Formats: sequence, structure tokens, C-alpha cells
Amino acid sequence: MKILFPLIAVIVLVLVALAGVDGAHLQTLFGIYIPYAALAVFLVGIVLRVIGWARSPVPFRIPTTCGQQKTLPWIKADNLESPHNTLGVIGRMALEVFFFRSLFRNLKADYDENRTGNELTYGSAKWLWAAGLAFHWSFLFIFLRHLRFFSEPIFFFVPFLETMDGLLQIGVPRLFMTDLVILAAVTFLFARRIVSPQVRYISLPADFFPLFLILAIALSGIFMRYITKVDIVSVKAFTMSLVSFNPTLPKGIGSVFYVHIFLVSTLFAYFPFSKLVHMAGVFLSPTRNLANNSRAKRHINPWNPDVKVHTYAEYEDEFRDVMKAAGLPLEKE
Amino acid sequence: MAKTPSPQELSKINHEPSNDGWMEMPVDFRPGTWCYSGKASALETLELPNPREWQPTDEDWKLPDNWETIIYEGFRERLKKFRSLKIFMDTCVRCGACADKCHFFLGSGDPKNMPVLRAELLRSVYRKDFTTAGKILGKLAGARKLTKDVLKEWFYYFYQCTECRRCSVFCPYGIDTAEVTMMARELLHLVGVNINWVLEPAAKCFTTGNHLGLLPHTFKDSIESLCEDIEDVTGIHIDVPLNKKGADVLFITPSADVFADPGIYTFMGYLLLFEHIGLNYTMSTYASEGGNFGLFTNNETMKKLNSKMYAEAKRLGVKWILGGECGHMWRVVHQYMDTMNGPADFLEVPKSPITGTVFENAASTKMVHITEFTADLIKHGKLKFDPRRNDHRHVTFHDSCNPARAMGLFEEPRYIIKQVCNNFHEMPENTIREQTFCCGSGTGLNTDEYMEMRMRGGLPRASAVKHVHQKHGVDLLSCICAIDRATLSTLMQYWVPAVEVSGVHELVGNALIMEGENERTTDLRDEPLEGMEDDE
Repeated sequence: MKILFPLIAVIVLVLVALAGVDGAHLQTLFGIYIPYAALAVFLVGIVLRVIGWARSPVPFRIPTTCGQQKTLPWIKADNLESPHNTLGVIGRMALEVFFFRSLFRNLKADYDENRTGNELTYGSAKWLWAAGLAFHWSFLFIFLRHLRFFSEPIFFFVPFLETMDGLLQIGVPRLFMTDLVILAAVTFLFARRIVSPQVRYISLPADFFPLFLILAIALSGIFMRYITKVDIVSVKAFTMSLVSFNPTLPKGIGSVFYVHIFLVSTLFAYFPFSKLVHMAGVFLSPTRNLANNSRAKRHINPWNPDVKVHTYAEYEDEFRDVMKAAGLPLEKE
Repeated sequence: MAKTPSPQELSKINHEPSNDGWMEMPVDFRPGTWCYSGKASALETLELPNPREWQPTDEDWKLPDNWETIIYEGFRERLKKFRSLKIFMDTCVRCGACADKCHFFLGSGDPKNMPVLRAELLRSVYRKDFTTAGKILGKLAGARKLTKDVLKEWFYYFYQCTECRRCSVFCPYGIDTAEVTMMARELLHLVGVNINWVLEPAAKCFTTGNHLGLLPHTFKDSIESLCEDIEDVTGIHIDVPLNKKGADVLFITPSADVFADPGIYTFMGYLLLFEHIGLNYTMSTYASEGGNFGLFTNNETMKKLNSKMYAEAKRLGVKWILGGECGHMWRVVHQYMDTMNGPADFLEVPKSPITGTVFENAASTKMVHITEFTADLIKHGKLKFDPRRNDHRHVTFHDSCNPARAMGLFEEPRYIIKQVCNNFHEMPENTIREQTFCCGSGTGLNTDEYMEMRMRGGLPRASAVKHVHQKHGVDLLSCICAIDRATLSTLMQYWVPAVEVSGVHELVGNALIMEGENERTTDLRDEPLEGMEDDE
């Protein structure tokens, strides 16, 4: 059910696009209105989401320290795993965002009650890290490559990325490695959710839906590039017309193109309301983006509450007799 | 009270969840896996809502009539006050990296002890009440309504988390289940759902200054009797200043160090050290507790209890505060105290009167950890040791959760241990430092009626100890936490009976060469030193 429903949802999305374009000839809707609307939802949604987070204060300085704190000068402090200044925090965040540092630590616990001594052992488990990294980096590459369609003259880095990505020099049009990598990575991430009993147990429909959606986007793109060999010139003319807010529908472009656009639009619109906001959320995580310097520098809590305390004077009033008998110093005899 | 199953019975653990959905699985309040409810008197002392008589096994928990509204409003308020809560509710992708990092999951196999699922217990209600997708799509979006059964589930599982933060080390977004558990416990307090082992110590700490409820004269008597023991072993007479005005340093340690075996031996170590270096210090009967069970209650109670430290330092006119070996106390001191009860502008930046070292890392909080202080003394050659006096022990070191993952205190205790012991062996690398395993009884779960869960939660730690016990003959598990000293002792008796537990300063006290001392034939526990067995 939690797998089937999102799968059906993605199939329905594909059919809607096909029916809309081939059956009802709603090219204008699927090619122009929906992409604009999706982009608007994405931008407004993500901005509101980040503002929503930022409006809540960070009352306490709670970094998770994964390395030695800075104390005595002769003890080597670990400024990346337990940053004591802004540079360290930037370094820690960079490792987290670009290389998934925390996930790299992942282990797999192995339990054997019959093993003498150490029932629990912890083996290396880098597959999730590797697949996650491969997925996100190839997604980023593909996203940036697509800027070819949205810039004139083309952004300087796009040809460079294309050369890098096509380094294998296979086929015409040249095979992009990231196309294969993203398919493999998404397939792995999906398979893992089914094969691992623990991950299957925790997975929600909202975990499968983005996987199916992105898989469908990748497949429709690959289909156009390598199989139907879509007319790039027309596509570019169309995308540039979108960029210049003077949209003109392309002629002679197959319906797969509209399917692709519609799925991407869905992803954009879905983004701010789903777990995909982790892309922005990671930057605001208080256990990672704060320096571990709370004893050296006071952290302010804007809503620091007034509380009723039990004062020393009250304490002495309550226990004066026994304190006196025990010879403890008193404020009032 | 439930009979605790044998280690053989407990060892049978299945880590593969069934195929049933977790949302429909009701909680089974099995004896040995939950704690008794908070006593009305403790709630009244702490001014917490809904004091009454009830137990978790009761069908009716006597919640306030509008309990759903109270939780809803409380949740909304906390989303506004804590960015951490919002981020941790929104960003989880359920990658499952945290699943097998939790000691309670490893020891019980209960899928709801996977940190991701523990957070989902709260997150599912958050989606229903505070997100568009959850409101519209309901269960499809992972949302569910808050019911009495869900509330019971919260109680059960948020008191099966020790806020140790191990999962947060592995989370790609730094989602910290400790933070989630704290928020959930705050919400539960709003409707009077809580446990006595947290609230009674907190209430006692509020009135008497310490968790054990020791009155001023008892506290003093206890210390004096430990001083007599010290004199028996070392021949050195020590008077401990109490509530003394004008001392340089206020020393605060968990009250368990003054009262409970084996913490008392650590306490003896502190006293010998202070005597040896001639430190002008005082302890306080008013601020006689380092630990802070308010951390396990809510942020207001934490602030209340913590306020005594600065208030007493100010009243006594000391220059700075020295803190003993305690885990969660140091989480509070390091990450919360200055924010809650600072600025401590009436104190000076801590400076060791012996070495002249200025502790810039504590420039604002003005509180130094005793292992930082002692490591500095050793580095400057101010202490002479005879590490052979610890030769009758093979020692390993357990990083306590909070100093490890909420402070980054790794090297100082190791440096000290290596100076005072000849036989030191580390446990496997995935079980120490930032990856250390909890004792299984932290956050106020160290109560007897909860023994089965404690032994389960402590299994990963015990398993690693057993490894070095068999490989290197380790028979002493040292640590820098008072809860550890109490709970690991029980844990070892259960899983690895040959291993005892100590603080780091007990080892310091054993090895420290002092002027005017007798020849040592026993350690501080009155057990014969290596080669001295015949003298007994």
C-alpha cells in the first residue's frame, strides 16, 4: 500500500500529461501555465518555509560534538568535528552539505547472541552514503546542465560540465554519466527501502513518491535525449521564450516532452510541502551550525523565562537550627 | 516489582520488525519496561500541572478534560520557541541511518526504539495538526490524530530514550532525538504525565539542594565520615570547608559522590587532590548537587535547579566554580547554564591558582571541569604519581554521553588515566568517544522497577566491556559521570560480573604521592595493592 499508492500516483501523473496533450490538446496548460505556477509555488513555498524556521529562535547552543573541544593549548582541538569558531562551523557545514560527513560514519550493527564476549559488532556500511552522494551530485549536475536551455549565451560552466559528464565519449548524442548514475542511485535507494526490514518498516508513502517521481523524470529525459532524439533547437527556443516571459509553444515536439515538463513541475510544487525541504533545513540545524563555544561566549535566549527559585535565604530559614547545630556558617544567627 | 529476566533470556533479541504498520501497534506496559508515575507531592513542590494519584497501567490516566487542547497549544508554543523542534519535525527523510545506533533498539529490538520511529511518534501528530499535507492527506502523509493511546505510547517511548545523542552523530541533518524527547516530555508534563524517579529527585534538589534530600548536617556528616576513611588509608587528615565565604573556588559535584558507593571513592580522590595542592576552596550545602534532573523535566525546572550554582558562588564571593565528574550536569553547565542564569559577571575568568593557567574556554561561564583542571596540573608537573598503586587494576574508560557529545571532552580524562595507571585499554573504536554507548539508565531512568529495560539498554556498553575484559583482563570501568558510577555497577553485575566501576579521580587519589602520607598498602576502597596482599 505505501509503495503501491505513490507508484500509482506517478503513473497517473504521466497519464494526465499524455491525455492532456495528446487527447485534449492542452499544450498551453501543460507547457506554459503549469510550469510557471509550479515555479511560483516552489519559490514562495520554500521562502515561506525558511522564514517559518528562522522565525523560531535558537534558545540554547546545542551542537553535537563529534571531536575534542578547545580547552588547554596543548590539547589538540578538532575544529571540524567540534568547531570553536565560525571558520570551523563553515568547514563542518561544508563537509556535511557537500560530502554528507555524518552519514559517512554510518555503521551496521551485527548481533549474535552466541558469540562469546562481544555479541555486538559494528561493520562498515558506506553504501547508503555512497548512493546518497551519487544521487545528489548527479542530480545537481543534471540540473546545472539543463541551464543550457535557460541561458543565452549559455552559462560558462555548462559546456565544462557537459564535457566532464560526457568524458566516456560513448554514442551520439554523447552519453552523460550522470544519467546512468542517477538511475542506479535511485534504484538502490528504492531497493534499500524494500529489502532492509528496518527501513521498510519506517518508510512512508512520502518516501516512495519522490523516488518514483524522480525516476520517471530521469527516464523521460533519457528517452528524449537518446531514443526519440528530441529537436533541441525547438526546445531551446521554447524554454528561452519562457525565460523571457514571452512564451511560445514549440512545434513538432512529442508528448514525452510535456510529460517530462509536467513531472518536473510536480516535483517543484511538491518540494516545499515534503521531506525534500531537507535541502534547506540542513543549513539551519542547530546541532551542526553552531560553534561549541558556549562556555567561552554567552549565548542569548530571547525568551529566557523567569522562574521561581528556592533562594539561599529561604533555605537557611528552613534549616537554620540543624545548620547551627552542625556548626555551619550562617547569614543570620 | 517485576522479576528481571536472566542474561540468557534477555540475550534473545530480534532486530527485524514485523510487517504490521507501527501506527496501529498498541503499547504493552510490560513490567520492567516502564517507570512509576510522579508523586503528587513532587509535582506540587515543582509547581507542575495535574498532581494526582495514578499509574501507567491504569486504564484511566486522569488527564485534564481538555488535554488535547493543552497538548496542541503546548506543541504550538514550542514550535515557536525552539527552531530545533521545527527543523527536526520537517527535515527527516527516514533514511534509517539512526535505526541501529540506539542502545535501546539494539538491546530490545523494539522497532519503536529506532530513533527515527521514536521521533515519528511525535512527528505524526505534528503533521496532523500543523502541516497542510497532513491535514489533507492524513495517514497517506504519515499523519495521525492524537488519541489517548498515542499519548500512552509517547509516555512509554519517550521514557525509553536517555537523551544520549548517539543517533544525532550519524544523522545527515543532525536531528537530535534528545531534543525531540525533551520536547515530548515537556508536552507530557503539561497534562501531568511523568515519572517519579525524575520528579522526586528534582523536588528534593529544589528544597534541600541535592537529589538525595540530604539535610545540611547530614551532608556534612557524610563528608566527615569519608574524611575518616581517607585518613585510615593514607594517614592524611582533611577538613572540608563548607559554605565558607571568601574561598577562591566553589566546588560542586553530584551529591551521589558524597553518599553512594562507588562515587565516594572518586570524592576521596578530589579531596586528596585539593589537600595536596593546597586549594582554597569550599563546598556548599545549599548548592550541594551538580546533577540537574530538571534537564529531564523541562527547561524551566532545569533553570530553577541550576540557579543555585551562580547564586551560591555570588553569596560566598568565590572567584570561579570547579565542577566534579558528572555527565548531564556538564551538559547543563556547558550548553545551558550561562544562557539561563548568566551572565556571571560577579565571577572572574577561571585561573588555576597553582599553575597560573587561565581557562579561556570557560571565560564566560566561569566553570571548569575537574579533568581540565587536573590535566593542567599534571602537565605543569605539579603532581607526582606512583601509577603502580593502580597496578592491581586493568582499566578501560567509558566516555559518558553528555561530556562526549555535548561538550567534546575526550582527551583530558584519557591523559589523566594514562598518567596514573599502567594498565589502560580502550574499548572498540565504535563504542567510545563520540560513538560511546549510554549506560542505559540516564535521564532519570535509573530506577529498580525499570530494570529489564536498563539491562537491555546497557547491553551495547556491556558487550564492549566484555570484549576488553576477555581480551585484556579489564576489571575496572572508569568514567566521569555519577549516574554511570551507579548504573554501570548494576549493569556490570548483570552482564560482566568481574568488572567494577570507578571515577577517574579515584585513580588519581590512589596514585597521588602526598607529603606526610603513610605507605599505601591498600587503595581507597581498602583493597590491597599489588604485592601487598600478604600484609592484609
